[in-house]
Amino acid sequence: MDTILQLVLNGLAVGCIYGLVALGFVLIYKTTELVNFSQGDLLMLGAFTCYMFVVWYGVGYWAAFALAIVAVALFGALLDATILRRVIGQPQFAVVMLTIGLGATFRSFASITWGSEIYTLPTPFSARQTMLGKVSVSHEYVAIIVGTVLLCAVLYAFFTYTKVGVAMQATSQNQLAAYYMGIPVKRMFSLIWAISAGVAAVAGVLLAPVSLIDVNLGFIGLKAFAAAVLGGFGSILGALIGGLTIGLIEMFAGTYLPQGFKDVAAYVVLLIVLAVRPQGMFGTVGRKKV
Amino acid sequence: MRFVFKTSYGQDVTLFRDSVQRNTYIALFLALLTLPLVVPEYVGDISLVFIYSLCGVSLMVLTGYTGLVSLGHAAFIGIGAYVYVYAAQDLGAPWFVAVALAVAVTAASGVLVGLPALRMTGVYLSIATLAFALIIQEVFTRWDAVTGGLKGKPVAKAVIFGVSFGSEERFYFLCLAFLLGGLWLTANLLRSPTGRAWVAIRDSEVAAQSMGVNLALYKTMAFAYSAGLMGMAGALFAHKIGFLAPDIFSVLFSIQFLLMVVVGGLGSLHGAVYGAVFVALLPVLISQSRDAVPVWAGHLFGVFGKDAGNTVFSAVDRFVKQAGLEPGIFGLILVLFILFEPLGIYGRWVKIRLYFSSFPLYKHATFRRQKSYMRSERLR
Repeated sequence: MDTILQLVLNGLAVGCIYGLVALGFVLIYKTTELVNFSQGDLLMLGAFTCYMFVVWYGVGYWAAFALAIVAVALFGALLDATILRRVIGQPQFAVVMLTIGLGATFRSFASITWGSEIYTLPTPFSARQTMLGKVSVSHEYVAIIVGTVLLCAVLYAFFTYTKVGVAMQATSQNQLAAYYMGIPVKRMFSLIWAISAGVAAVAGVLLAPVSLIDVNLGFIGLKAFAAAVLGGFGSILGALIGGLTIGLIEMFAGTYLPQGFKDVAAYVVLLIVLAVRPQGMFGTVGRKKV
Repeated sequence: MRFVFKTSYGQDVTLFRDSVQRNTYIALFLALLTLPLVVPEYVGDISLVFIYSLCGVSLMVLTGYTGLVSLGHAAFIGIGAYVYVYAAQDLGAPWFVAVALAVAVTAASGVLVGLPALRMTGVYLSIATLAFALIIQEVFTRWDAVTGGLKGKPVAKAVIFGVSFGSEERFYFLCLAFLLGGLWLTANLLRSPTGRAWVAIRDSEVAAQSMGVNLALYKTMAFAYSAGLMGMAGALFAHKIGFLAPDIFSVLFSIQFLLMVVVGGLGSLHGAVYGAVFVALLPVLISQSRDAVPVWAGHLFGVFGKDAGNTVFSAVDRFVKQAGLEPGIFGLILVLFILFEPLGIYGRWVKIRLYFSSFPLYKHATFRRQKSYMRSERLR
């Protein structure tokens, strides 16, 4: 029983990270219909930026956290304004290739700027744990779960109660109609890229103490993809649930199945779900109108 | 400008448009035959170009002609390579049987991926193929008995009907023969009803279906054919690299194939070959310019005095010797192509050719992309 509780806790923490990255995919997809394959690399940039502020410049952890979010969010907005806006309306394939190329460029940039070594980010809750019965609760994992819940609450409030948030929802539902209603669609796009990049940065900083920072940190995006697709690409709740599912599956597969299943279990489940329900668990993609 | 006077419908689907084109290809073929005599030191690189071209043609059929984006073609070339090596070395099958087996198994796995893919569209399909490739890579790692696991599997030289293809020149001709065969087969398939059905599916699934194209059949066929061709390339690739290890067939390898078809030009067999040339030779070019660029930069800034030249030289030298630079250059090239020349090298060549053949009358607007506000792939 304790093992299972322990696994659930760890799975939820890892799943939160997948969920956050998946959330980034979904936010961008819902609003702009672009699929951003470089989301994982934005996460990596976020983790590195925070590391740089903390270790190189001696900024406090929380300030560095905020700076990293702002920096990566600005970068995301800039990315949209300069590059990605030019491919709107082109086939999805072009966008996929473009963001894959951007991701490779980011990795290269990171390895040139910060070096290709593996770093540890010192945090106020590093390597501390509390015992609840026989379950050891690592503070890093608690930080991840709390951070995710807070972030989701903030995003929910933003999209539901603020004018900009509602405008974004409108843009996501119908760009042309939103434009006619006087919503600056282009600015909304940049803003959603900023939010999405910011979410990626949060995920990166939260992940950094658990999994060390290196240039290939972004490949976690592949699993987050599985999460996003599992939840149906257009559903925010789905992305989070998909992420948690993938995290739990991974933990249990790593413990109870033979070696090697830990890494592929998520993909196996993904293929099965896609074969049964091609639009994901909460997806709304249907027949294209001509 | 040269026009072909068509007198029958058959002329619309001939392999060569006119005698000029046919003769050009024959001349190119003769040039390729004599190439090992001209540049013997690059024969190895050029055979890799041929193998990559075969991969490019394979992915071009699926992505460029049928419009199904696969992020998992490394899995197919991997399956082909492992099946071929296992059959040829562990089971002792003759070369021909081993290749046939590799193609058959890869095509079957292509169908396996293709079947669930029938119900998926766009990005879902890409992710499904990606997931498939990641699973297959793990299988390569874990199935020690067949693949040799992480230790890898050495590949012996090819022996075909008692003739050894161990030397670089002979292997070059083997690859050339395979590439020509693959290109010919594909070109014939593409000008047949099958190929037209594929293009129809790419352009509009709904329209194709309403014209009576059996989507399930043709999509599965595209997957099977593409995978089979990849399996064939895999057999050659195994010999080319001489040692199989699971981490060769990673996601990055799949992306490299996609890079090939995008940079070459989607929707043309020429593009697949151009892309392969580009992808295979770019690392060579980069490694050579690693030494040259700092020297040039040093000379250039040398005019401001010796110190400036030396400073710039060492700075540039340190920069270009960074290990992580190469994938970044690949990525950057990909980005630039998508932004500025979505039709790839072949598209650029078509434009240049049209410019000269219609010299004073070339209109820039001929190739202008239609801008649409949004092309929704969602239903609401």
